Parts: sequence; structure tokens; C-alpha cells
Amino acid sequence: MPESPISHTLQVFLHILTVLLLSPLIPGLINKVKAVMAGRHGPPILQLYYDLAKLSRKQAVFSRTTTWIFLAGPVGAVAVGLMAAMLVPFGHGHAPLRFQGDVILFAYLFGLARFLTVLSALDTGSSFEGMGAAREVTFAALAEPALFLGFAALAKSTGSLSLSTMLAHTGPHFKFSGPLVLVLAGWAIVYMAENSRIPVDDPNTHLELTMIHEVMVLDHSGRPFALVLYGASVKLLVLGALLVGPVLPRNGNPWFNWLAFYLALGALAVAVGIAESVMARFRMTKVPQFLVAGVLATAFAFLLMLV
Amino acid sequence: MNKSEFVPFNNGQTLALSDIPESSLDEFCKAIIQGVHGGLRLVCFCADADLRLFAVLAEDAAGQLRVGWTQLSQASYPSITPHCVQANLFEREIAEQFGIVPEGHPWFKPVRFHTSWVEGRDAWGRTSIPEPAVMDYFTVRGEEIHEVAVGPVHAGVIEPGHFRFQCHGETVLHLEIALGFQHRGIERTMVGGPHLLSFKHAETVSGDATIAHGWAYCRVLESLAGVQVPPRSEWVRGVALELERMANHVGDLGAMAGDVGFLPTASFCGRIRGDWLNLSAAVCGSRLGRDWLKPGGLRFDLEPELAKLLLPRMAKAWTDTRDAIELLWGAASVMNRFEAAGHVDEAQAREIGLVGVAARASGISLDVRKDHPFGPYADHPVMVSLAESGNVHSRAWVRWLELAESYRFLTEALEGLALAPCDPVPEALPPLAPSSVCVALTEGWRGEVLHLAMTDSEGRFSRYKIVDPSFHNWFGVALAMRGEQISDFPICNKSFNLSYCGHDL
Repeated sequence: MPESPISHTLQVFLHILTVLLLSPLIPGLINKVKAVMAGRHGPPILQLYYDLAKLSRKQAVFSRTTTWIFLAGPVGAVAVGLMAAMLVPFGHGHAPLRFQGDVILFAYLFGLARFLTVLSALDTGSSFEGMGAAREVTFAALAEPALFLGFAALAKSTGSLSLSTMLAHTGPHFKFSGPLVLVLAGWAIVYMAENSRIPVDDPNTHLELTMIHEVMVLDHSGRPFALVLYGASVKLLVLGALLVGPVLPRNGNPWFNWLAFYLALGALAVAVGIAESVMARFRMTKVPQFLVAGVLATAFAFLLMLV
Repeated sequence: MNKSEFVPFNNGQTLALSDIPESSLDEFCKAIIQGVHGGLRLVCFCADADLRLFAVLAEDAAGQLRVGWTQLSQASYPSITPHCVQANLFEREIAEQFGIVPEGHPWFKPVRFHTSWVEGRDAWGRTSIPEPAVMDYFTVRGEEIHEVAVGPVHAGVIEPGHFRFQCHGETVLHLEIALGFQHRGIERTMVGGPHLLSFKHAETVSGDATIAHGWAYCRVLESLAGVQVPPRSEWVRGVALELERMANHVGDLGAMAGDVGFLPTASFCGRIRGDWLNLSAAVCGSRLGRDWLKPGGLRFDLEPELAKLLLPRMAKAWTDTRDAIELLWGAASVMNRFEAAGHVDEAQAREIGLVGVAARASGISLDVRKDHPFGPYADHPVMVSLAESGNVHSRAWVRWLELAESYRFLTEALEGLALAPCDPVPEALPPLAPSSVCVALTEGWRGEVLHLAMTDSEGRFSRYKIVDPSFHNWFGVALAMRGEQISDFPICNKSFNLSYCGHDL
């Protein structure tokens, strides 16, 4: 289906606006669901926007031990998140950027963000942040195989190494098939871990000894902290798009496709909120087992695609 | 040469100091060590400015306390901690307060970081006011060992305390706890009393255990003054104490759920705790029960009409409580967390002298309400709630059982109070017995609260000693963390939920 140039520009424009403006809505939605499940009113859905506005007007405080690396974490997380967003197809058609092998770039862009975050955490010299960095890296090492085995299964099914094809053009026979379900199950686990959600991490805890991701950003304040929060919400949206991409019912109508994308993202946020409401966090020693389950699921999916 | 050297007496009984024979230092130390090895508990060990040492042992099975004392000739004596771990903090406290050095104490550090009460006699030779938590910590060395220091400022709105972890990766090898940031000098202020504010000071030893401490103070005064509190007033005091227990246990279970990220119970319990606090407020105007009691009786009586009004409110709060907490036991993810962490076995618990919820969770049947009944608990007994495993789950489960038992007591009490007319307003207390000693124990929601008062020849307090259950139990938190994951510290700590200010006095 050839697209007119104007329509394509509009698609890209919508894509960029979505990631820039709608990201902070997802944490708000998750928190609202959690509040409702717990019988509370909860903060407004737009709370993160207010927080970002507030933080952007605040001065940052820097520890004397920190250097420019301390700022590289927040800046890198946002820059990398936005760049990765350009590689994932959202509502209709292709992603703004695509080439064979962009899937590798996509995965390691997040690797780069993590590297920068970990460095900026270590830069503070705090034992908490060092502990958080060690946990983050350990768990990320286990989440990465799940992500890649899922990619491998999709690549096998679509014959492509570009996310725009792998996610958006899986073909009707692949949708709702056994391998895809396994891939999505594995990726759901990756999604929880990468976005530090319950049961892997607790984004709302104040207990510094139990944190994984949060403890690495404890020393950030003001605008850098706004970037940290914004970067986290971008990551929620981009990885969410990855997760819902293969199951979206795509047809020729772009507006239908965009609506389906937004609804799917909303449903994902609600699902995360519900999952966080009905279970406790895992013990830290159980988290690797949980992540390995994700690896196994995607590995089986890949095996099924091979036979 | 055994425990019989010590004079037996009952909870809340006044003894004339002259009726307690002096032991020699050797006999005194032996009596404590042999007593504790023979199954007694060291519930209080203190000194006074005249170089006298006093010890109170509890024989819980017989419902008796034993007291003895000795006169030191110099400001030092051989430490008994190497033979009796329960004396550890007591001996350090004595050293800090009166400069009396327990020679050979294996862990000789300040407790609250204040200077000696006796001018010019400091166990560590300190001259200026020491800074809290500045001391030599136990350290573990090795390439892969790292040290994590938490507090005194914490991420949540809690009290200040400093925790030093020696870790190997995520595993805690040792935890040392340094408190003293909340030291207000309550014991010292009490000397020369009772003052107008003494009751207030007793109530604020630990604000969440207002009734437990306030009641213990009242019982000391009433016993020393020779006043009997009418049974109905005692019953109302029981209601006050059990309402305090309900509110705190509900809050604790909610907070434990919150610590493992289980939101439903955490959110519900936050509100329901308020419902229980409001029941206290309905009687005395204070959610924490401040000024509900007063020496001699009650400042706010619980009238029959009010008791009738409170019954349905309480039933509603209990239904909500049960619904919220049953969610916990039904969630496998929560049980998994609770059962995996914070183990203290019975032998350890006995050795370090745990009390209250923590002791009962390790399978030790210990409850002042049952063992040394006071107030209404002789006529209206309560069951001791026990668990066996000594882990976080056991401490949560004991709280749950106690909630049900306290609710039963409260229902019975309010139904009884609805039928009985109020007692007359208590009169001012007569002067206190001179040259006497009185020990009163109550069972607060955390555990055993002890108040010991000694009077001088004019009936004023010459020494007032307070032992909050937290003083016995903090070491239990450190033990519970040995070999555990450092990420489980918050849930372990919360399962004890000890008071910092109750320890720091």
C-alpha cells in the first residue's frame, strides 16, 4: 500500500508527538489504577506532568563527589529513550527510522542508557547507589536474553531484522499463535523488570535498601531528576509499544490503527496497575528465577519457530 | 547462693527497702546468672547514685518477681554479660548513667550517648557531650566485604537511628544498631517527683504506647500510695490498653504489607488504624489515649451510654480489619516474603531475653497479662497468642491472633461496662510510702513495660527506672538479620516495629 508523502509526514509528526507528550500519562494511569484497586482516590492522572513542571523550576543539588558523569545518566536516559522511540512502529505503518538490523540498535540503546545511569549512580560514591547499580546490572543481564530470543522468534517469522517489519507485519497466521504468546509472556517479564515495576522492583517504595532502580537516582534533584522521571516514562511507552506491537489488529485505516495503539497502551497500563495491586514484590533472590522464566518462554518460542 | 537470696514479690507490689536484704556483690551476680540460667528473666537491672545495684528477675511460670540489691564499694564490678547476655544493654546503661564500669564487658559501648549523671565519674572518661552513634563499630574486613550505613535520617517519616551493616554482596554478616538520638532524660527528670508533669513524661516515653506506660506509672504511684483502683475503672483501663493494641497491630500489619509492596492491605489498614484510634478519641479526646488515665483512676470515664454507642462502631472496625488482613494470608507472594525472612529461634530469643510479640512469635509463652496479671486481667483473662517459627510471618501471625483476642476482650468489657454505673471520681493520692520500692509491669502492644520507682525518706522518687520492651528487643532485630538479604531488612525491622524513643528515654 503506497502512502502519500503528506500522510507519511503526518504519521511521523504524530509519532513524535505521541512519545514526547503522552509518555508521562502512562505512570499516571498505572498509579490511578493502583489507587482505585486499593480503595483510594489517588493522585490525578496528570500528576507526572505537574511533577515535571514543578521539578523543572527547581534548582538541582549536586554532591561534592560528583562530576559531569552524574548528569550523563538522566540526559542519556531521555536522549536514548527518544531515539529508540524512532525505531519502533507505533500506530500505523513504519517507524520514522528503519533499516535492517535496527533491532540491535534498539536493544543496545537501552543498554547505553543503563550504562550511563549506572555510571552516574557510581559517581556519587554512595553505598546505596552502588548496591542498586549492582542489582540493576545483574538483573538486566538476565533480561537481555529474553528480549533477544523474542526478537529472534519474530525475525524468523517475518524474515526481517527491522522492528518496523517484525512488529507491524507479523502476518495473520502468526498472530495469537503459540510462539507469539510465549514471546509476549517473556517480554511482559522483561517489561516489568526494565521498568522497575512490582513484582521485580517497587517504584513507590521509600525503603532505600530494597530498591533496585530507584536507589540509583536518589541523589538526583531538580531538573536532572525531572529528566530521570521523564526518561522512565518514555521507556514505559517505548517498551510498551514493543510489547503491544505484534498483537495490534492493523488494517488499512491509519486512524483505526492509531486508536487501537492508544487503547492497547492504556490496557497495558491498566494491566500493570492490576498486577501491582494483587501481588507483593518478590524477594530479591527470587527475581533471577522470574527473569529466567522469561528467557525460557522466549527460547521455546524461538525453538517452535525453528521446527 | 541461689535465686532465693532475692525477695519474691508480685507485679505492682510495694516493698520497704529495709525488707530487702543486701546481698554481697558475689552473691548478687551469682543470683542473677544462676537465676537466668535456671529459666528466670532479667527484667530490670539498674544502679543509683549511691553505687547500689538493683536487679529484678521474673519467674513467669510462678507469676512472681524477685528483687535484690548490693552495695558497691567502688565504681566498678565484674561484668555479668559474659555469662548472661540479657545484661548486655543494662550494664552499658548503668555505666553510662553512673560511671560504674562492668569490668570485662565484651561489648562496652555507650547506649544513649549522654554524659554521666554523677559529676566527674564517666565510664569512658568523656568530658564533653558525646555525639550520638559516634563509636567504634564492629567491622568485617575482606576484599568483597562492604559496609552500608543507614540513618539516622531515613527515607520514611520514622524515628532516627543508625544502622551499620557488614555485607558480603547482598548477604548481611552483621548488623550493629546505634540509637540515642531521641534521648530526652526522662528517668532523670522523674527523680524528685512525682511532679505535675511526671505522668505526662511517663505517657510520652513512647507515644504509641501511651496507655501501657501511663498505666505502669499509675500503678507505681497507686501502689506506693496504698490506693486501690475500683474494678470498673481497671476494666476501662483494660479497654484503653486493648484499643491501643488494636490500632498499633492493625497499623503494623498494614505497614508490613506495604513493605513488600502488597497494596490492598497496606492502604486499607492505614485507614482502619484511624478507626481504632478514633475509638480512643471518642472516650478521652485523644487518639493516642493521652490523659485517659490518671493516678488513682481515670481522667475520662467510659460511661455506660458511651459503651453502648462504641460497641457497633467497634464491630464495624473489626469487620473491616478482618477483611483487610485476611487478604494478606491469601496472597502467596506475601506469604513467600514473610516466611523467608527474619528468623530468630526460641533458644536465641530466650538467651537475649526477647519480650512481647517477638518472644511469642518464637514460641515463648510470655505475656504479663497472663503471667503477672494486673488490672482487669485476673478476672478477665486473655489467651496468650503464640507462633513457632520466629520469622516475619510468625510476628505478623501473633499480631493477628492478638487482634482477635483483644477484640473478644473489648466486646466483653464494653458489654459489661454498658451495664455498670461509673465509679466516683478519684480523689487526690495520699503521700507515697517513704524508703520503698515498687515495680509495675504492664503488657503494652509491643511487650512488657516495666516501671520501677524507689522513694526517699520523704516519699519522693529517688530513682525511677523505665524499661520499654524495645530495650530488650533491639538486639533481636540485629540477630534476625544475620545471614539474611539486606533487601529484607525493612520487612524484618517492621515486623519488630520497635520504639526508638522508648529505648532512648
